Amino acid sequence: MAEPTPLLRLRGVTKAYPAVLANDAVDLDVMPGEIHAVLGENGAGKSTLMKIIYGSVRPDAGTVEWNGQPVDIQSPAMARELGIGMVFQHFSLFDTLTAAENISLAVPGTIAELSERIRAASAQFGLDVEPGARVQSMTVGERQRIEILRCILQEPRLIIMDEPTSVLPPQGILKLFETLRALASEGIGIVFISHKLDEIRALCDTATVMRGGRVVGVVDPRVEDAQSLTRMMIGREIAPPTHGAERGDRHTVLEVTGLNYTPEDPFATVLKDVHLSVRSGEILGIAGVSGNGQDALTRALAGEIVLRSDKGSSVMLEGTPIGALGPDGRRALGVNFIPEERLGRGAVPIHTLAENVGLTTHHGGLVKWGFLRLGQRRQLASDTIDTMDVRCGGPDATAQSLSGGNLQKFIVGRELALRPKVLIASQPTWGVDVGAAAAIRQKLIDLRDEGAAVLIVSEELEEIFEICDRIQVMFRGRLSEAVRVRTTDINHVGLAMAGDFDALHAAPVEKEAALG
Amino acid sequence: MARFVIEARPERSVWAPIQVSLLAILLTCIGGSFLFMAYGVAPLKGLEAVFIDPLRSTYGIGEVLLKMAPLLLIAQGLAIGFRAQVWNIGAEGQLIVGAIGASLLAIQFDGTTSPLLLPGMIIAGMVGGMAWAGVAAFLRAQFNANEILVTFMLTSVALQLLYYLVSGPMRDPMGFNFPQSISFGPSATFPILIPGTRVNASLFLGLGVTVLALIFVQRSLAGYKLSVGGVAPGAAMYAGFSSKRAIWLALLISGGAAGLAGVGEVAGPLGMLQRNVSPGYGYAGIIVAVLGGLHPIGILFASALMALVYVGGDFALLTVGVPNAVTGIFQGMLLTFYLACSFLLTQRIRRITPETVPKGAPAE
Repeated sequence: MAEPTPLLRLRGVTKAYPAVLANDAVDLDVMPGEIHAVLGENGAGKSTLMKIIYGSVRPDAGTVEWNGQPVDIQSPAMARELGIGMVFQHFSLFDTLTAAENISLAVPGTIAELSERIRAASAQFGLDVEPGARVQSMTVGERQRIEILRCILQEPRLIIMDEPTSVLPPQGILKLFETLRALASEGIGIVFISHKLDEIRALCDTATVMRGGRVVGVVDPRVEDAQSLTRMMIGREIAPPTHGAERGDRHTVLEVTGLNYTPEDPFATVLKDVHLSVRSGEILGIAGVSGNGQDALTRALAGEIVLRSDKGSSVMLEGTPIGALGPDGRRALGVNFIPEERLGRGAVPIHTLAENVGLTTHHGGLVKWGFLRLGQRRQLASDTIDTMDVRCGGPDATAQSLSGGNLQKFIVGRELALRPKVLIASQPTWGVDVGAAAAIRQKLIDLRDEGAAVLIVSEELEEIFEICDRIQVMFRGRLSEAVRVRTTDINHVGLAMAGDFDALHAAPVEKEAALG
Repeated sequence: MARFVIEARPERSVWAPIQVSLLAILLTCIGGSFLFMAYGVAPLKGLEAVFIDPLRSTYGIGEVLLKMAPLLLIAQGLAIGFRAQVWNIGAEGQLIVGAIGASLLAIQFDGTTSPLLLPGMIIAGMVGGMAWAGVAAFLRAQFNANEILVTFMLTSVALQLLYYLVSGPMRDPMGFNFPQSISFGPSATFPILIPGTRVNASLFLGLGVTVLALIFVQRSLAGYKLSVGGVAPGAAMYAGFSSKRAIWLALLISGGAAGLAGVGEVAGPLGMLQRNVSPGYGYAGIIVAVLGGLHPIGILFASALMALVYVGGDFALLTVGVPNAVTGIFQGMLLTFYLACSFLLTQRIRRITPETVPKGAPAE
């Protein structure tokens, strides 16, 4: 038993929240120089576990050992003092400051000294960052590199990466992996949180798989295949969605021409001459890294942004201009929208599900003489819960009490109940567990098969290739021409996501979708 | 080794607002005890003077009900705005303009016996309050001017307008230059409800508005839209609920209700327009709305409590000899303690003992 001492050792860590047991006797060992994946669905307890390691949540029971010594990590400050760093999924950078200035807020030293250290670390770990550049002009990848640099310059022994690839285009992911390997070769332990199996299999030495707050296995991901990992992660097999031939009479339902839009926020992406059309019985996918104008595009389609036709922008529904209508008016004509933020936009967090039904369906017989018909509203909520198999406490459960996946199923069901002609869905399965994601995708395909026009905005290429008929790529407010999914592959779409729209046409023609 | 943790409540609790209000009242009593001790008054005797003595006589109860009417009206209106995150803190000014509006009619038609005069005054008062709040709504909706500042500053304007009117155009010509209007005739005042007290029929306005508020909040589409806009502006935008309409509606409702309260004063206990139309009802109404958990029924109880504190302050002056500034201090403590405890609306305190931690198998 001459094993080296683990950098971090958790034993029997347990944390209960009112409604769930987030961590149930979790064990975790991270060795120096190891890239250790923590794999699990949303709600499996990964985040809670990381918060415990980083000191922002105290466990109810269990022990934490750091270099063989028992420790009680009481705060993130204490974790950083021990040598534990964390790179969060959501960045905390000041847009108006430079990279070096942002880093100086967390790391002692003058700007000049730090710039020197930043350049050195950039070179050593392949983290391409210009210390004097302002954050506002940077891409998401660059911003993430600043976060990582900020973490590295505090000389941690262990770095926790919370879903770091979710914001990166495919090429950026490869670059991140190189950096992480370089860090590991310096003896730094890395905890890599993800639910993307291919990434974990490509990068990690060990994977701790979690399900329902428990550790269900510690495996070598390089020898496991995706199916066995999935089975471990969700406890059952998931059938891929069935995708029939294109249906409907194929007439154009939604058509956008010459859409230009300059948001009030000077740092938001400007939409430039966007053209798209969605036909009956097809799913159009808009691929692209978030922040390239998808938000403004979906708002313009759903009516949250009302367009002035004198600027040449036109949105037509079956030949009728609808650009001047608000969300209510467009919904009445059959244009429905599922936003990516579920809590606070798609649903009111503190309202019950029954109340949340009223958000988009208040015209459909649920209101009489200006008064709500509470019985009907409640009935519609329970019907939606039944048809979508939403796991919740019933129509009186608050939206915030549901898991992300269940709430998304509820919202999707609510919009489907309106029998849309056009359904626009932004990141429909973002942060949703595998089972719910499969159910939601199947519902979207079913809607297409019934002849509706469906438009999906997603940054998950796997999802787009799985369910879409045609793809357009969004980059810096511009939209590429549409290509058929069958005539392109993930690599070429990835290049287009980085701005090279011509790559879409360079793909080998009539190739079967390149997804295993 | 037990310890206490603060954690999110798993579901919306009906009891939480009531608990928080009761806790705030309890803490206010404790704080008030120290205040009385500083004055050399036995705490229980002092609290008795404020909270119990007014209720011992018909007159005292009458005074409480009298002060409850305007507080109830104002708070019901404000609460609808507050739920929509529209912060009208100028109910005092809207009350004053409402009082002026009603008084204009009463003075103009002095001597009439028409039963239409009082309803006319009610409408004039509401319109006055709405118009005053409407200025803030217009500036907020068109220019995004902060309604907190605008409504607050308009209160000062309303006060100066009142001072001007009662010293000039609306002054009683036979009133020896006192800054007040003529006394209103019987057809311009609310009838007394309980003989021997000053309670008048304007209390029914307060109760009526409470019922309307309850229906509006719980059953109307407009009320639903307002509540969505207040707690989740993103969801309101997604649903297509107009935020401008919400601002207008919230301010017009609260302004109209405050204007009604103004009518209740000039056509009630005052019986004329004078410089002191309101002893700060417009501000106390904010406390009532918050203390009542922004719920129509909660506000009913909170307004009774706040009215009791108003009257109790006067009683305390007479019976135990503390200044009636006690009223303001108690109001302030109620609000402060309520806000301090309001994290319990969404959080709860739970005691953790080793036994309550679910057991997991210790790993090897």
